Amino acid sequence: MACRDCSDAVLEEAQDIVNKVGSEPEKVIPLLQEIQNRHSYLPDDIVEAVADVIKVPAADVYGVATFYSQFRFTPMGEHLIRVCKGTACHVSGADLLTSAICDELNVEEGGTTEDMLFSLETVACLGCCSLAPVVMIDNKVYGKLTSGKVRKIIKGYKDGKH
Amino acid sequence: MENTRVFVGLGSCGIAAGAQDIYDYMEPELKAGNMDLEVTSCVGMCYAEPIVEIEYEGDRRRYGYVNKKFADELLESIKTGIFPDKNLIALSDDGKKYLDRQVKIVLKNCGVINPESIDEYLEADGYKALEKCVKEYKPEEVVSIVKESGLKGRGGAGFPTGLKWSFLAAAKGDYKYLVCNADEGDPGAFMDRSVLEGDPHKVIEGMLIAAYATGAKEGVIYCRAEYPLAIKRLNIAIKAGEEKNFIGDNILGSDFSFHLHVKEGAGAFVCGEETALMASIEGKRGMPRLRPPFPANSGIKKSPTNINNVETYGNVPFIILNGAESFNKYSFKNSYGTKVFALAGKIKRGGLIEVPMGLTIREIVTEIGGGTSTGRPVKAVQMGGPAGGCIPERLFDTPIDYDSINETGAIMGSGGMVVMDDSTCMVDVARYFLSFTQNESCGKCTFCRIGTKRMLEILTRITDGKGEMEDLDKLEELAGHISKTSLCGLGQLAPNPVLTTIKYFREEYEAHIKDRKCPAGVCKSLITIQIIPDVCTGCTLCARVCPVGAISGEKKQIHEIDPETCTRCGLCIETCNFNAIEVV
Repeated sequence: MACRDCSDAVLEEAQDIVNKVGSEPEKVIPLLQEIQNRHSYLPDDIVEAVADVIKVPAADVYGVATFYSQFRFTPMGEHLIRVCKGTACHVSGADLLTSAICDELNVEEGGTTEDMLFSLETVACLGCCSLAPVVMIDNKVYGKLTSGKVRKIIKGYKDGKH
Repeated sequence: MENTRVFVGLGSCGIAAGAQDIYDYMEPELKAGNMDLEVTSCVGMCYAEPIVEIEYEGDRRRYGYVNKKFADELLESIKTGIFPDKNLIALSDDGKKYLDRQVKIVLKNCGVINPESIDEYLEADGYKALEKCVKEYKPEEVVSIVKESGLKGRGGAGFPTGLKWSFLAAAKGDYKYLVCNADEGDPGAFMDRSVLEGDPHKVIEGMLIAAYATGAKEGVIYCRAEYPLAIKRLNIAIKAGEEKNFIGDNILGSDFSFHLHVKEGAGAFVCGEETALMASIEGKRGMPRLRPPFPANSGIKKSPTNINNVETYGNVPFIILNGAESFNKYSFKNSYGTKVFALAGKIKRGGLIEVPMGLTIREIVTEIGGGTSTGRPVKAVQMGGPAGGCIPERLFDTPIDYDSINETGAIMGSGGMVVMDDSTCMVDVARYFLSFTQNESCGKCTFCRIGTKRMLEILTRITDGKGEMEDLDKLEELAGHISKTSLCGLGQLAPNPVLTTIKYFREEYEAHIKDRKCPAGVCKSLITIQIIPDVCTGCTLCARVCPVGAISGEKKQIHEIDPETCTRCGLCIETCNFNAIEVV
């Protein structure tokens, strides 16, 4: 068994996830989405335990997980900042926003701040092109941004105003 | 006053523009006055968001640019019955120019009805087309009508829809699948999102009609996870449809049964390709496979499957209800009906538009869109996303139809139209798209995996000012190989942005290579940022925002930028209140 070292709690959670989502092979993506919903990323032990429960090799499950950009393998900060890099945003200065955010948070693209408050990702397109450039923080979209505005918004999150 | 209804446009972009705040702000007072406050979605006039509509004694007024102060004014008008004349965006000159040339078939209900209410869809002739099919037509008659209408796939490839349906109808197999491709991944495109958020029932009705015509038993709407609101509204719509027996067993008392569910994507652009999408639905890595067998013969779980795009399904109820002629009367060359475009980039009036085939690019960009937002000259329009190309201003009289757009080297694509002015560097745009496709290549085909990487390296070299003239030949050679040896559209069309920019903007490439200059002032290695001494007031703002401390100068003294330290991030330019910093 792939997860012979798993604790009972992990196995129990894996079983619970499978009970909720289903155990058919085509459920691999929804299963991974459920794990990530619960943990903000894909912890190794739970992924392997779920693979065990649905009797799919863990390597296959990882094959799927690493293919899709939605899945993360490290814990996420409290707030997820997604900078849109769509065409409209690109020509309207998305790179400027990214460097302003990196500077404000002292974090790299794809990274998480040391205090675990923010994770910074870029996304292909959020589909709010008429408001370019756009940044999405958690589930809220901010449009027509400048680097000054985005710094102010992030400061607001730091102060717990959102 | 009791009959007053207030509508707030709550599409994703409306919410981003502040519409939810306006909704929350107006709610208590309207509720206290027993007035209806309702949700609609995107009406397409994104440039004027947030938008509030007021129906008062039978008249419906659409107000744009609503902030809290203006919302107060509107609330007051409801009491007095005297409404302000400003910001009436549908009646203003701007609004008329924006709307007059449009023909709304797919977008008819978007921003008008409440997308979360099946009753409002029913009032707008919803599900009548389905009823007509089930009660009056045989399945093969439905296929004939769609064939006759001339509808082609709106996802980009433009394959005749009726013909595609006839393949599935003729395919052997008891259990057939129908898929709606809502994995809208082109950066710069948001048509499908707006349709799903604004009128989910129409897409569902289109699928039901397709299922009836082809004998499909199960439907899957494969939607991007980045579109949470669209997914939410689709699920609400499916549930309501099931309750009214439009979806499920023995639909409308007939022996036609069809089940439908939403499947969330997980972020892979290549899943827009039909065989990759089916692999993803089966829970696998979304990698395309060789065709044949085509999905109509062997699709999901090897069962016959038909895949159409959101907008394609969105056209179907209209065609059935009004007849093929009412649709194909809008025709140009071999293209029929209308096309929805997402007009974005440096455009004055950006938003979602639906135009009849045959309108020219110039009519869309200048008349509907009002030219550039910056006031600078328009340079090109990018159509078709990463698989498309850049069409230069001198070809703007090209009409919108599949063949004419293909002749320019771009493609109709799913409908993204990004306008660029002279401050956009075309080499940088080509590099941008290639970095996108390179990143999204699934890695199956060698040339797509490695060839795009090599092309990206060459383009990066050029934008870094280290390019050579031979690089252009190398790019074209690699492009040819990638197109010929890739299995799916992602690889086959990936070189398009590079080829079209070399074809139409060769002088920009040459300026980067020979003169080591970026004419648009974008490529960081080829520009210097400096302060204009005559304009600088010494306010110190730029020095304070500079992330690398490259700007020096005392208060009220002219500042200076150290070119060695400067990273050309441009923060100072954006911050300066006096336009005292320039790119040379």
